[in-house]
Amino acid sequence: MASLQSLDVAARSATTTPSPSVRQVPQVAKLIDESKCIGCKACQVACMNWNDLRDDVGQNIGVYDNPSDLSASSWTLMRFFEVEKKEGDLEWLIRKDGCMHCEDPGCLKACPAPGAIVKYANGIVDFISENCIGCGYCIKGCPFNVPRLNAKDSKAYKCTLCSDRVGVGLEPACVKTCPTGAIGFGTKDDMVAYGEKRASELKDRGFANAGLYNPPGVGGTHVMYVLKHADEPALVGLPAEASISPVVSLWKGIAKPLAVAGMIGAVVAGFFHYMKVGPIEEKADEKEGA
Amino acid sequence: MARMIPRYNESERANHWMVALLFMLAALSGLAFFHPAFYFLTALFGGGSWARILHPFVGVLMCLSFLGLFMRLKGDNVLNEGDRAWRAKSAELLAGNKAAMPPAGKYNAAQKITFWVKSLCLLVLLVTGVMFWEPWFAHYFPIWAMRLAVLLHSVSATVLILTVIMHIYAAIWVKGSMRAMTRGDVTEGWAKQNHALWYEQVSRGK
Repeated sequence: MASLQSLDVAARSATTTPSPSVRQVPQVAKLIDESKCIGCKACQVACMNWNDLRDDVGQNIGVYDNPSDLSASSWTLMRFFEVEKKEGDLEWLIRKDGCMHCEDPGCLKACPAPGAIVKYANGIVDFISENCIGCGYCIKGCPFNVPRLNAKDSKAYKCTLCSDRVGVGLEPACVKTCPTGAIGFGTKDDMVAYGEKRASELKDRGFANAGLYNPPGVGGTHVMYVLKHADEPALVGLPAEASISPVVSLWKGIAKPLAVAGMIGAVVAGFFHYMKVGPIEEKADEKEGA
Repeated sequence: MARMIPRYNESERANHWMVALLFMLAALSGLAFFHPAFYFLTALFGGGSWARILHPFVGVLMCLSFLGLFMRLKGDNVLNEGDRAWRAKSAELLAGNKAAMPPAGKYNAAQKITFWVKSLCLLVLLVTGVMFWEPWFAHYFPIWAMRLAVLLHSVSATVLILTVIMHIYAAIWVKGSMRAMTRGDVTEGWAKQNHALWYEQVSRGK
């Protein structure tokens, strides 16, 4: 599909003019409560089912993670972490991995193809695959290691936050299916408030560092976590200070206009130099003498 | 009729134009990915995906052809003492005062420097380009290396394009130069005026 007309576009890759944005829609968010997750992988199944995805049968890598990594056909994945913070106190942490739907998406910043990545007004970041050229720049831009390039069609894929469901007033498939209510969906404000409430409840129950993961380095995310150890997001494979790499920001920031201005400037300078100084020609006497 | 002095033989000229044509293709397709203002250039290559597919192959061919040119011309581009004096006077040349310039060999200092800048840029472009060449080589490299590679690729491409703009301008500016690379020879007057040391060398050899 070209775009979801029911969702207005707030940002569009490789586009320097405003996108259609006349409608006002609330910002949405998915909230994943780590403390309620039992690792049943129903969300993975729901994602496969709704999006018609069937990954290849892979290899067992000795842990519960199955498949072993995100792929072009596995847009969400339960990651299992065995953590022993204190001797003899084993914790089994489970995180549902997938696109974080950043408010300031690095993939969109890096993408060179106009309209291959859009951020809808409601905050969902979506890949419009028909515009994708398969360069893999989104992979360099992403702070969370999410997009995957498909070897078969050279298009990048990731979680859409079920933009096609949300656009018609439904919650994402993983939210719908989660048997323990570990995945919530609503307006961003509601989810932040609920996440903070859950975090304070966890604190009362002995998780002193419980908190909401909504990294400010990328402007906040439209997929947030309630973490039992929010002081150490690395325990569940999340960056502590998530932000777009400064190298990517330089490349897709100041370098772009500077380089283009330099090239155009060099050509213009050439014209004016020729006009002012004129060409270097052979001296007439030497021509005759030759 | 002025006496003509051969400057580039047929294979040197063919090699040069091979590099030039491949450079144009690589630069036009590469610029398309660099800035959205140039994305329309992908249309020249059959659309975004085709431009993405072709660009690295064109780039590798360009580097291979340049290697030929590099081997042919590197000997004449070694910087020497005389080039220092020439460089000190380069502002005079830009102001149009050709007479103030110290005599140059087959290549003057500016030509030599751009030769080495182009060589270095192409080497960086080749190495960094392979590092994020999808779908074949990118997955061999860690993400931080690929990020660095795309940045360096853009920087060296920009330097190369700027150098080529200067190179083309010099050919238009110094009348009689273009003939060296199209027909292969230059007038005696051109050689005396622009590359006096080379002229002496060539005349002595006769």
